[in-house]
Amino acid sequence: MGLADPGAPLAALLARPDIRRGDALAQVANPSVPTGFAALDAELPGGGWPTGCLTECLPAHEGIGELRILGPALAALSRAGKRLAWIAPPHLPYAPALDAAGIALPQLLIVRTAAARDALWAAEQALASAACGAVLIWPSAVKYAELRRLQLAAEKARALAVLFRPPRAAGEASPAALRLALHTAAGTLAVRILKRRGAVCAQPVVVNIGAPRAVDSAVPAPSPARSAHPQPCDA
Amino acid sequence: MACDGRARARGVRPGIAASAARALAHDLVVRPRDRCEETEALLGVAGWAAQFTPSVALDLPDALVLEVSGSLKLFGGVDRMRASLLEGCGQMGFTALAACAPTARGAAWLARAGAERCIEHAEALESALAALPLHLAVRAADTLEALHAIGARTVGDLAALPRDGLARRFGQALLDDLDRAHGRRADPRAFYVPPAKFHARLDLPAEVTLAESLLFAARRLFVQLEGFLAARAGGVRRLELRLFHREATAIVLPIGLVAPSRDAAHFTLLARERLGTVALAAPVRALALAADDIVPLTGAPLALFVDENGRPEDWQKLVERLRARLGTASVHGVGIVAEHRPEYASHACELTLARGREKGEEAKVGLRPFWLLAAPRPIAEIGAVPHHGGPLKLLAGPERIESGWWDGGEVARDYFVAQTPAQALVWIYRTRGAAGGWFLHGLFA
Repeated sequence: MGLADPGAPLAALLARPDIRRGDALAQVANPSVPTGFAALDAELPGGGWPTGCLTECLPAHEGIGELRILGPALAALSRAGKRLAWIAPPHLPYAPALDAAGIALPQLLIVRTAAARDALWAAEQALASAACGAVLIWPSAVKYAELRRLQLAAEKARALAVLFRPPRAAGEASPAALRLALHTAAGTLAVRILKRRGAVCAQPVVVNIGAPRAVDSAVPAPSPARSAHPQPCDA
Repeated sequence: MACDGRARARGVRPGIAASAARALAHDLVVRPRDRCEETEALLGVAGWAAQFTPSVALDLPDALVLEVSGSLKLFGGVDRMRASLLEGCGQMGFTALAACAPTARGAAWLARAGAERCIEHAEALESALAALPLHLAVRAADTLEALHAIGARTVGDLAALPRDGLARRFGQALLDDLDRAHGRRADPRAFYVPPAKFHARLDLPAEVTLAESLLFAARRLFVQLEGFLAARAGGVRRLELRLFHREATAIVLPIGLVAPSRDAAHFTLLARERLGTVALAAPVRALALAADDIVPLTGAPLALFVDENGRPEDWQKLVERLRARLGTASVHGVGIVAEHRPEYASHACELTLARGREKGEEAKVGLRPFWLLAAPRPIAEIGAVPHHGGPLKLLAGPERIESGWWDGGEVARDYFVAQTPAQALVWIYRTRGAAGGWFLHGLFA
């Protein structure tokens, strides 16, 4: 077959999501969720956060913007009526900030677990149930076999599945389809794509996730209080 | 009194002495018969069978009579209905024989004789009953003996005897029973009225320590509950499974549901997670299942197209499974509270009841972090500069929060957004007043 027009079937074949070429980004089977950052979308297969597979997020330090980079996508998903499951978060997710980021609070499901096994179990349940649009997981320690299990569960779900891991995990093998190492660079966030489906990404992607402006004086003198009400800060 | 097929093969028969039976089969397991529990079990099955027809009557000691002519169409005909009855009995752990006849007594006699027939017309009933052994029709032992002595062996033989003679010798009751079986005399029954609450108990044949075996037994109770609820068109939000040990108190396992349900398979799934969380200190002898609060469960319309956000029952089932294993308090939502003190402005709340910010409130507060520490953590101040992994650079602030003097939790703080040397953003505050000091309260993540 294909003798008359050998190009057409080949093109159809190459468009399959499970075939990857070294010089291009892979096609994706499930629609991706735009990240809200054009520079990052351009480097991700499907033009956004992948769904139906595992994404690993490896921030260099806690607090550099690992949630802010997900904020626009989570807000869009929750506004579209999807549930967001937060499994074993390291701190209390703070409702006023989530609300300010545009995330619909009634869509949130927070699962706190005592044991590491429970967190992985809960994540697998959340992915398998097909009831969640995004599943964010903070596992305390995770082995390759457990990652593989999560990846299989994610493939069955059509959810955005993000796993937060310490930076030292970058050296370990992982079945996740997308692996991002997050660093800071001059007030912005530099995203190094460790692994993606398709061509290797050599340069880190700089994402401006928005940081508050610096105040004029480094240490402001406490001013005498007049008001018992909170004052808006200049962010 | 009764024996199973394997015992029968070794020569054990009902009615022989226990010592004789032991001589025939040395490994025989002999259990005392408890008529009270047999009746309890029969009542349980009656509650379950009420889903097929409202007219369920007990035919003691061992039969149920269901008036099904009004329900046949709904359940797809007599054969299908009989199949689902027998399947349900099997799931509850009972072996049942089912027969169908125009009269209640006739059906009970056929079933007791092991003749699983379905007789739809009165004409066929007479010949079917005629072949049945006489002991079904005659309860009293001396009457049965006397009838055997005059050569009557079957119900047909009895019906052929002269009626006035029978009535004189054995009483009118014998003839009345016969007439009721043939439909010549009315046979009114007191129909079973299911109780308002569900309580069922199952004694285990052996002591059980494995959760998986308990689950197998619990499933029988769940099937019974499902039928009980179907009969009432109801569902439950809360179940209580009790595990009884030989002595000491029972373990109570409450199972909560997000939405009312009567799905035995789902109950079993939740019980599996719940059983996984308890350590069985001692072997379990018996199980009991209680459901006190039965709520109406209206049939939910099936969605023609599956919504891309998933079906609502998927969501409910996920939450129920998570809660069954992790506890209700560990699975929650977050909501905003109208409160100036940051630690009280967010609270764990029931799922989907989270309150967002109301219109017009947006402008009132400053930048807030995604993560709030459970308790503010004191940080060092070196040379008038707060330190957290190095000197902090203040980016925004101060935002003054003074509140709570009325409930004893008074705060007077100046909040700042600060950057660590690793360029992480943190939310810190300095307490105002004499005991001033820096505290880390949140991470911007």
